[in-house]
Amino acid sequence: MNWELLLHQVLAGLATGGIYACIALAVVMIYQAIDHLNFAQGEMAMFSTFIAWQLMNWGCPYWVAFVLTIAISFVGGLAIERIVFKPIHDAPILSHIVVFIALFSILNSSAGWIWDYTIKDFPTPFGTRSLIGNGLISAHDGGMIGVTLVLLALLYLFFRHTRIGLAMRAAAANPESARLAGIRVGWMVALGWGMAAAIGAVAGMLIAPVVFLEPNMMIGILLYGFAAAVVGGLTSPGGAVIGGFAVGVIENVAGTFIPYFGRELKLTIALVLIVAVLLVKPSGLFGRSVVSRV
Amino acid sequence: MSATLLEAKGLCAYYGATQALFGLDLAVEAGGITTLLGANGAGKTTALRALSGMVRVAGEIRFDGRPIAGRPVEQIVRLGIAHVPQGRGTFVRQTVEENLQIGAMTRHDHTEIATDIDRVYGYFPRLRERRRQQAGTLSGGEQQMLAVGRAMMLRPRLMLLDEPSFGLAPLIVQELFDILRALNREANVSILLVEQNASLALDLADHAYLIETGRLVIKGPSRDIRDDETVRRSYLGY
Repeated sequence: MNWELLLHQVLAGLATGGIYACIALAVVMIYQAIDHLNFAQGEMAMFSTFIAWQLMNWGCPYWVAFVLTIAISFVGGLAIERIVFKPIHDAPILSHIVVFIALFSILNSSAGWIWDYTIKDFPTPFGTRSLIGNGLISAHDGGMIGVTLVLLALLYLFFRHTRIGLAMRAAAANPESARLAGIRVGWMVALGWGMAAAIGAVAGMLIAPVVFLEPNMMIGILLYGFAAAVVGGLTSPGGAVIGGFAVGVIENVAGTFIPYFGRELKLTIALVLIVAVLLVKPSGLFGRSVVSRV
Repeated sequence: MSATLLEAKGLCAYYGATQALFGLDLAVEAGGITTLLGANGAGKTTALRALSGMVRVAGEIRFDGRPIAGRPVEQIVRLGIAHVPQGRGTFVRQTVEENLQIGAMTRHDHTEIATDIDRVYGYFPRLRERRRQQAGTLSGGEQQMLAVGRAMMLRPRLMLLDEPSFGLAPLIVQELFDILRALNREANVSILLVEQNASLALDLADHAYLIETGRLVIKGPSRDIRDDETVRRSYLGY
């Protein structure tokens, strides 16, 4: 066993895992609010990233564009819920899936139409110098992991220690009962969409310097994000982040050490992980299965 | 003669195209306890759901003189009508104390909310012992108490209770009904109680309505209904 190679692959895995963790966090946010996986999540993040790119192109400094993009995405997510999903909230799950797919292709092609399909550079605020292990984790990777962890901490505080966070949890857990407590459930769902879009925007802006900005940048990553969310448990934001790092590390280590697996089959690993976790522990490693007496 | 707090006239309710209530007249006096009796499927739960805006209605509903028919649930709740639903509506993943805070979500007087949580624990000491526990792990009786406690947190003027005795041991039911009586007297909460257990409900309530397939059969003071042998035999089954 080549220990140095293993260590390198683990570190590189943590770096890519940061990307997956970020997008998995957004996936879990929306799953909490609406109980469905949003297939258009990646495209929403991609579109937000293009908005940031456009703002910077018009001369906004990085952090101004960063904050503005988060705000615009929040409002955009809220608007998507109010305009598209509120009218069909009683409809069967298949209707939701069709709308997710529609949203996916609308966002994907309008991004291509507005900003075309050429690959664009996206700046990083953290720099590209090496942080650990001679280029294995760059300053940008470190910054990305840091921002993901800060985001996670903020979400924890929001949901555990604010009244609006509690109202959102109540609305997601038992909409009818929440309504009887006077909670405006529809607006809580919309707020969930807004927050998920905002988190997705952060994820997109952090991922773009690594994978480059183009309309299809999120398609592969979203699959890893789903894998991370399922591994960690769709009900647990913390689990999603740990799941993200786990998927990144497993992907790299398996790609290196399992013969014939190589780089070509790396995406398969994400799918195998989803199936394996669903077979063995459907609620995910950190998801809560509800205990209830009657 | 006390004032009428809630009044429904010609109340009809619909589930999609199916009509479930047919022109029901109903009144709850301020400070009083009224019970709504009837067999399974008579429309008792539907009547409560109609009053709190959870199903499509026709007809007139007035709360404290104001028309409320057709308003969304959240608005009706904010007027001071707390609905304790069938099945208790527990937030199973949240703690007992979080459940109570959810009940106070429409209020913004933070110190008063803390006082009221304490007051609920005063009525239901067992909830205090389990305040940090996930509410889904409580027993049925404790969950029913939590549901009443959550409704109290709204500081309601009217409480709609849907079969609070369902599935509970007789001793627990007695305890719960004693507390409901105390709540009615001490906190001046008017109550509209739907029950399968007619004898229990008639003991607690001062007025009673008996309905069958969405229509009124008889109404009057609980005493008279209890003493009417025909009604008791044919509708109440005891």
